[in-house]
Amino acid sequence: MNSKKTKLLSGDLIGEDEAITLAQLCRACELSEEEIIQLVDQGIIEPMGPEPAEWRFVSVSLRRVRITRNLQRDLGVNAPGAALALELLEEIEELRSRLRQLET
Amino acid sequence: MEFRDYYDILGVTREAGADEIKRAYRKLARKFHPDISKEPDAEERFKQVGEAYEVLKDAEKRAAYDQLGKNWQAGQDFRPPPDWDQGFEYHGTGFDEAQFSDFFESLFGQGRGGGRRAHGQNEFHMRGADSHAKVLIDVEDAFRGTSRTLTLKHPQMGEDGRPQLQERTLNVRIPRGVRQGQHIRLAKQGGAGIGAGEPGDLYLEVDFAPHPFFHVEGKDVYLDLPVAPWEAALGAKINIPTPDNRLDLKIPANSGAGKKLRLKGKGIPAKVPGDLYAVLRIALPPADSAAAKKAYREFEQASNFNPRAGMGG
Repeated sequence: MNSKKTKLLSGDLIGEDEAITLAQLCRACELSEEEIIQLVDQGIIEPMGPEPAEWRFVSVSLRRVRITRNLQRDLGVNAPGAALALELLEEIEELRSRLRQLET
Repeated sequence: MEFRDYYDILGVTREAGADEIKRAYRKLARKFHPDISKEPDAEERFKQVGEAYEVLKDAEKRAAYDQLGKNWQAGQDFRPPPDWDQGFEYHGTGFDEAQFSDFFESLFGQGRGGGRRAHGQNEFHMRGADSHAKVLIDVEDAFRGTSRTLTLKHPQMGEDGRPQLQERTLNVRIPRGVRQGQHIRLAKQGGAGIGAGEPGDLYLEVDFAPHPFFHVEGKDVYLDLPVAPWEAALGAKINIPTPDNRLDLKIPANSGAGKKLRLKGKGIPAKVPGDLYAVLRIALPPADSAAAKKAYREFEQASNFNPRAGMGG
């Protein structure tokens, strides 16, 4: 037997039931709590729960925060600009997916 | 290593002014940004553009680079001449240098070894950084669960204090019921900690590979279902594929093209599972034999169907 055979890893699926906390989102996106709260204020992500200590974020938040952060950092746009670009990107993605269905 | 023509990468001449270089960089950075562009090599192009700008925006680095002369061609095997950069002084950059090419490192990476930063803003954190990767699965995998073997590249501190890319292979269980865009978090499988620090977590974003006849929206699955004109017109019971198994589906009489037939709960499994929608497409039988042609003629005679009735014809 090959002793280096990699064992099968099981992770947590981040869905509606297993959403992540503010601290986990900060760490995963390398942003501070203040920066995440700004993105909540921009309406880029919507936490479940009444206040930051109890906030939980669903999977799509991770993707949206990372893209917004990358756009801000790499292209020098501000938070409202990044939010606008993100929404347009998601719309393009949806249109592309519809186009793919029509073309097949 | 290969010589890199930074002017060519930015599409400017060697005489270009600072403003022109900045404009060219901003335009290309938007064009090739990996979150925006769908080009397969966008990430690589974006890095090259960033590296070129890092050198050409800085008067000192640009002067040193220019001194290498115009004799080098992009892609040519390159060794920096000894003492090539004498008399030039560089300052630290804000860019993540682990991203830059060996070519850049050979020119501008020396003499700062001691002060190098491990990873972006993490210099004072002991815990390793969380890392991110995508995992591509098939629609069927979401119904049954599966496992995937991934090879990941991690920047890791080498013994000389420089970050190096290391490969790691992981075998990961993909649970049943996973959906497009969801993440799987693998605790402590991210970047290595510094010192005694714990490793970070690894986040895997799930992406479905395109399928020839299924597509997924959230928990719901859509099946592109071709039917014969007589099946759509007269009704029929047909056997259809689902990502899980095969099922019998009743097509009601007089179903038009585009009609959606819902199979409740046959979408992606969950506490409240998604639905499966069969979307009808009428396939046209070819008139490729005398019998088929005759049948079409007879059908024409039997019906007074005008497909252009709404066009005032």
